Amino acid sequence: MSDENKPGWKTIPIGGMILEAGNAEKYKTGDWRTFRPQRDHDKCTNCMICFMYCPDSAIPLKDEKVDGFDYDHCKGCGICAKMCPVKCIEMKDENDFKD
Amino acid sequence: MTSKINAMTGAEATAEAMRQVNPDVVPAYPITPQTPVMHAFASFVSDGLVDSELIRVESEHSAMSAAVGASAAGSRVMTATSANGLALMFEIVYIASSTRLPIVMNVVNRALSGPINIHCDHSDSMACRDSGWIQIYCENAQEVYETSLFAVRLAEHCDILLPVMICQDGFIISHSVERVETFDDESVRSFIGEYRPKHCLLDTDNPITIGPLDLFDYYYEHKRQQAEAINNAREIIPKLAAEYKGHFGKDLNFLESYKMDDATDVIVVMSSTAGTTKAVVDKLRAEGKKVGLLKPRLFRPFPAHEISLALKGKRMVAVLDRSDSFGSMGGPLFSEIRSALYDEAEKPIIINYIYGLGGREMMLDDIEGIYNEISCINSQPEEKVKYFGVRE
Ligand code: SF4
Ligand code: SF4
Repeated sequence: MSDENKPGWKTIPIGGMILEAGNAEKYKTGDWRTFRPQRDHDKCTNCMICFMYCPDSAIPLKDEKVDGFDYDHCKGCGICAKMCPVKCIEMKDENDFKD
Repeated sequence: MTSKINAMTGAEATAEAMRQVNPDVVPAYPITPQTPVMHAFASFVSDGLVDSELIRVESEHSAMSAAVGASAAGSRVMTATSANGLALMFEIVYIASSTRLPIVMNVVNRALSGPINIHCDHSDSMACRDSGWIQIYCENAQEVYETSLFAVRLAEHCDILLPVMICQDGFIISHSVERVETFDDESVRSFIGEYRPKHCLLDTDNPITIGPLDLFDYYYEHKRQQAEAINNAREIIPKLAAEYKGHFGKDLNFLESYKMDDATDVIVVMSSTAGTTKAVVDKLRAEGKKVGLLKPRLFRPFPAHEISLALKGKRMVAVLDRSDSFGSMGGPLFSEIRSALYDEAEKPIIINYIYGLGGREMMLDDIEGIYNEISCINSQPEEKVKYFGVRE
């Protein structure tokens, strides 16, 4: 059935239009994930290749260093793990993180 | 307002309306019998008589795609097609209406393949009857011209915002020269006004997204909005028609009753065959027969209530469909009308004639034959759908 917390047809913009710029950030795609990337910080050389290849901009940078993963938006595609030259990203079963 | 009497084909009348509307963008691909519409319009472009950007695309799928893009960008867009061209557009036809883009398209009705055929029937536009476009069928070149102007306002109305399909019979209307009264450019332009979309892609101060992925959580709500929008047209059409009358002094009738008042036996038919039927009604009336014609012009939204009112108290109704709906309970017009009559306590006898497929001619004698045939029917026959004029 429908989610009663979401707005109805009388109030949403017509034709599927999105009237707000850049609001894709609000759409949490992280729950599509079946595998979760995990980085071994000791092996990471901070080459930023994973950052460049991530199709979802889900690898944030902080102080010019890769800084974890944005799990709200990471879809778990595994591209970062594939591209990492030192193979320090492991894709782990998402079920292992469920409480 | 001044007007001029011209000798014009339906195709030329369409192109003349388009010249006066002067749409921002016209993406088009030629197909018989739509070709003379675009031929004439392309001459206007070459002669500098319009400011329109004519986009010559490589297929109708691209024509409608370009129409969607241009309309989403904020342009006023018109195009035209026929039959297989419309079929090739089909995917984008749905996208145009669901994205709520007020594109105006003339469909020059032609039988859909196969077997391949270039002549008139309504199988092409009827295949789009559930696409969410407003559909208006025209009897003659005059109606084509006027409807093409009216449709611009209808499509762009803020409570509608849907594309409109204007249908004329291929060759019969598109290629026949008739008397057409056209209005002066100034009056037309002041009627249609400027198109100022509330939201569009080229409004860079207010960036928006058009056409994003829309899954189970919102798609249904957007479909519900579409249902509302097309139904809004029911109330808006008479208001716009009143404004049209004030402007041009002419009635735009979307459901014409011809000699219906005391008629007992009625033919319901759309498009050019309605014109032929009028001549037959006149002849039979002169012989004292109480026959009438009901000519629906608006097919989507379907004027169910108005049609059942018009058919109230009639003895016998024959609905003529120029397309079949294979395996259903009759042609599209028949099915809708029969359903509309379900609420009535007293129903007329009603039968369906499928006719004119692939351009099979429908002459005066043919229609007179139908009036004669139905005059002998005294109770609801078991066989409701007949194939008229087909060889056994
Ligand atoms: S798994 Fe895919 S989406 Fe997630 S961080 Fe790696 S590259 Fe980006
Ligand atoms: S690609 Fe591997 S080594 Fe390079 S920054 Fe990403 S995790 Fe570190």
